[in-house]
Amino acid sequence: MSNKVIYAVYEDPELLKDAARKLVSAGVKVRDVFSPFPVHGLDPIIGLKRTRLAIVSFMFGCFGLSLAILGTYYMMIYDWPMNIGGKPNGFYYQNVTSFVPVLFEFTVLNAAHGMAITYLIRNKTLPGMKGRNPDPRSTDDKFVLELRTEDNHAHSDDSLTGMLRETAVLEINERQC
Amino acid sequence: MNFTISKRAGTTTLVLLAVGVLLAAIGVIGDHTDNRQYSWAAFYANALFFFFIALGTLFFYALNNITETGWTVLVRRVYEAIFSYVPLGAALVVIALLAGSLGLNHMWPWMDGRTLDTSDPNHYDAHIALLRPYLNLPFFWVRAVLMIGTFIYFARWFRAHSLRMDQVGSDGLLREHWSMYNRSIGFMVLFAFFSSVLSWDWIMSIDVHWKSALFGWYVFSGMWIGGMVTAVIIVLYLKGKGYLPQVNGSHIQDMGKWVFAVSFLWSYLYFAQFLLTWYANIPEEVTYFKVRIDHHPALVWGMYFVNFALPMVLLMSRDTKRNPKFLIGVGVLIFIGHWLDMVQMIMPGSLGDHFEQIGLLEIGFFIAFLGLFVRTVLGALAKAPLTVVHHPFLEESVHHQI
Repeated sequence: MSNKVIYAVYEDPELLKDAARKLVSAGVKVRDVFSPFPVHGLDPIIGLKRTRLAIVSFMFGCFGLSLAILGTYYMMIYDWPMNIGGKPNGFYYQNVTSFVPVLFEFTVLNAAHGMAITYLIRNKTLPGMKGRNPDPRSTDDKFVLELRTEDNHAHSDDSLTGMLRETAVLEINERQC
Repeated sequence: MNFTISKRAGTTTLVLLAVGVLLAAIGVIGDHTDNRQYSWAAFYANALFFFFIALGTLFFYALNNITETGWTVLVRRVYEAIFSYVPLGAALVVIALLAGSLGLNHMWPWMDGRTLDTSDPNHYDAHIALLRPYLNLPFFWVRAVLMIGTFIYFARWFRAHSLRMDQVGSDGLLREHWSMYNRSIGFMVLFAFFSSVLSWDWIMSIDVHWKSALFGWYVFSGMWIGGMVTAVIIVLYLKGKGYLPQVNGSHIQDMGKWVFAVSFLWSYLYFAQFLLTWYANIPEEVTYFKVRIDHHPALVWGMYFVNFALPMVLLMSRDTKRNPKFLIGVGVLIFIGHWLDMVQMIMPGSLGDHFEQIGLLEIGFFIAFLGLFVRTVLGALAKAPLTVVHHPFLEESVHHQI
């Protein structure tokens, strides 16, 4: 028996949420949802794990701060100590106050860019990557719910589509995979 | 649901008030500075600190009205209760300003007429004479009355209007909402101006030879964070007592986020002011920091650490902002941190070498003011339903989820 993917298309995020709630309470596992914008309150319904993006951002921030400390130390203290306004430049700690803006900005720059790029890589949506969404309309005004038979051995294909049909579904597309 | 002050809370605030007054009285008796200047400075620092909390909350309330923020609707009454302290707090601040004007204390050197007398070389101060067109008593009091009058007027009007909105049906609700919106804009324009003016008049002119263009913002961000911290502590207290059942984790997390964000704003402004002064190294600018950092390094850097590093590290993650006990703990620390900030703003400037470390007077007045402040806020909370009955965004706030 080959595995099948079932895509259920909805016209409204609320209808999709109701459907997802109904399916999950019947013990169906929802694999994914494709939508034009983030649907509030969907994550806990389909049991998505919490994002670890914040941790990534923090790590990039720490990385940026360390890099900025290294850079300012090398450029301004070690390699070519510069006398700007008579500020002490013999040791790093004497002059660290003037580096604070740079340290701060570089930390923010790294955290923000690191987070954004990680996000795009994880979503496979970096510029130039091939689109993965099963239905192009899910980038416009439709909301697509993805079920996989391999996740739902307890239910037959027919019972899955039957359950979907009971919800306010617009159309159901099945595909071999 | 209505809030009733528990017996324990009622007694606690009274005990705080009594203990604070007692400690402060012992401090005042033992105060040997001229004109009991130390007592006045300690009184004034605490009066300002709690007045600023109410003022910061008033600002945030108006900001919510203007931006039509939905999620705060459930906790509006808490903000209203905090800024109900504005009239009382203003009266207490005015006592200290009045005493300065009458010569009962000499915290503001320019209020002393001798500084303008050219025939008195011991007291004459050319710099103060230069500032006379702005810093003179009649103009100072015109500004003070105007500012305090504005704050009291808007605090009372917002509160009364919010109670009025509870009464109207769904027909008049939108009209009432727009009326609130328009008044908030009026308040915000005035507040933007007055928050800077009051920081120059009431605080910066203590160190009359020193100027900083960033000072107004720095003081204002201090007010704001004070309001945010106090609001989240009170909301968590009420939730702990079983009130505000509709306030969920998302509301708490958002309030924690405000504490986190405004802490950053405050740190940014404080440090920007310090950095520019440090870098330019102009004698008339560095005096302010010289007095503070040379004599009280632990106070200045300690309060900066508590107000910047602690919220940054401890409130960064989502889980800590959703943990009531943890959030209250951090909130109390930041509250104390900003009290230390106020102490280092007022005390070294008005006392010079007489201020060595925080003692009985500061702490005594702090406890007394805390009792008075909490008593006023809880009293205002008990006077009206704890959540607004009608508001265009009430539904949105109930279903707030992030």
